[in-house]
Amino acid sequence: MNKIHNRQAICDVLIKEGKKDRDITVLCSDSRGSASMTAFADTLPDQFVEVGIAEQNLVSIAAGMAHCGKKAFAVSPASFISTRSYEQCKVDVAYSHTNVKLIGISGGVSYGALGMSHHSAQDIAAMSAIPGMRVYIPSDRHQTAKLFEYLIRDNEPAYIRVGRNPVEDVYTEQDAPFEMDKAVWLRKGGMITIIACGEMVRHALDAAIILEKEGINTTVLDMYCIKPIDKNAILAAAENSDVIFTVEEHSPYGGMGSMVSQIVGSNCPKKVINLALPDAPVVTGSSKEVFTHYGLTGEGIAETVKRELGK
Amino acid sequence: MDLNLKAYELRKDIVDIIMAGGGGHIGGDMSVIEILTALYYDRMNISPDNTDDPERDRFVLSKGHCMEAYYAVLADRGFLNLNDIKDRYSKYQSPYIGHPNNKLKGIEMNSGSLGHGLSVCVGMALAGKKNNSRYRVYTVMGDGELAEGSVWEGFMAGAHYGLDNLCTVIDKNNLQISGFTKDVMSSDDLNEKLTAFGWNVIEVEKGNDVYAVADALKKAEEVKGKPTAVIAHTVKGCGSLLMENKAGWHHKVPNSEEYARIISDFRLRAEEVHHE
Repeated sequence: MNKIHNRQAICDVLIKEGKKDRDITVLCSDSRGSASMTAFADTLPDQFVEVGIAEQNLVSIAAGMAHCGKKAFAVSPASFISTRSYEQCKVDVAYSHTNVKLIGISGGVSYGALGMSHHSAQDIAAMSAIPGMRVYIPSDRHQTAKLFEYLIRDNEPAYIRVGRNPVEDVYTEQDAPFEMDKAVWLRKGGMITIIACGEMVRHALDAAIILEKEGINTTVLDMYCIKPIDKNAILAAAENSDVIFTVEEHSPYGGMGSMVSQIVGSNCPKKVINLALPDAPVVTGSSKEVFTHYGLTGEGIAETVKRELGK
Repeated sequence: MDLNLKAYELRKDIVDIIMAGGGGHIGGDMSVIEILTALYYDRMNISPDNTDDPERDRFVLSKGHCMEAYYAVLADRGFLNLNDIKDRYSKYQSPYIGHPNNKLKGIEMNSGSLGHGLSVCVGMALAGKKNNSRYRVYTVMGDGELAEGSVWEGFMAGAHYGLDNLCTVIDKNNLQISGFTKDVMSSDDLNEKLTAFGWNVIEVEKGNDVYAVADALKKAEEVKGKPTAVIAHTVKGCGSLLMENKAGWHHKVPNSEEYARIISDFRLRAEEVHHE
């Protein structure tokens, strides 16, 4: 079991690059510990800004610093940075076009029993609806590191969500294929496609392994790039599939599944089934318990696929 | 040129922009124009030639709805073209919209949603400190805007980081769209509140006197270790008795008779200013 969470992978990249580029600045809202940014603050204190528990201020200050030449990485729980600071993300970051990377940590339901206030099941919908805002949800620590090595070198706004807990590797350090804004084809074949993002990618892959043992071959796409979404990959998969399943740790409304349905429906009509969290506060439990409850594990996804196929 | 007379010249440009575009926030434009004049004609190191200079002073119009006043200043200072603004303001596909648009020369940041400018300026001032830059950062807020909670996050952070390169001017005209600010959401005891937040506070009783505002801005430059808030006591609709202290003129567009009266009042008021 991997013990390194994606937050740590982000911090490692920022420290490595921050030592070379003194404009790289990390801002936290009393969240350096939960964001795994304590090491950055200790290593590069002149490049760290604490704003206290004030997420709106966090985003605006990051935008102001970015406007004056800093490469700002604002890090705060995904639930707060995405929707409590929504107006600031829209106006001060996207609309004013400042080089701020908004990093939502402990995203989805990964705060578990802390409840709906701390869950971010609306962030894909909210952030994707902002013109000029890119949205990424990497699947494991290796992909997270590659994504940040890329993001650190561009000057555009982006929102990136990672979970709280270590997740099983999808890739290895040596073998983490990555091309910016291109989905990763984890498996190709069969009449079933599963498109997943973030923590759900590992579960989608597990589902594909279970299904393969029962003679059902699937295509699996890691859609870490939610916006801009990889339309070509979706259509290439859809053309060779009978049914497309989308899996995400998000509300059923306005998420990656909605985007996939829109693209497939407009260009290559096929049946699309969206697996997501319910439109309700989720049951209390750890991420694993919540995913199991709603059929968002390898076993659960495989069961849904088989049910759809009448097996 | 006497800068108070300049402010009256700009007032006419503002009203002409509003008439041409068929909309605008005339009341606040009239209260803020001396503040903008003090900044752009007296204190700030900013010109059309140095908009890319990292050492230029930064300005954010936090009360972004008073854009017509900002257009008049930016045009007169040579950043923008007044006739082009009048021709296209609020028109189809125009870049001249009702709030700051930083695709236009001279405008640093977009605003419009109230309560953002101060925090953005905290970030700009903080970056200046970290870069050992000498530029100053200014924002202008409305007193109605002070009801936004994010404003107070900005006040806390500005003092926490001792940002003596940061100065906010509060255009305290005591009115907002629904009526008197004291009735909508009181911002009384503002000096005490801001002092308690750790800011240097300067009150300007004649907020519609360019030189009084400029003098306060100059004093702020000499303060070390803390940011400065200038509370400028202004008159909403200043310049014409038709509009002064009337909430109804928050964003009213004058009809032709009102336009004639307003322009006439400006002329009379400018003559009074000239003879003071």
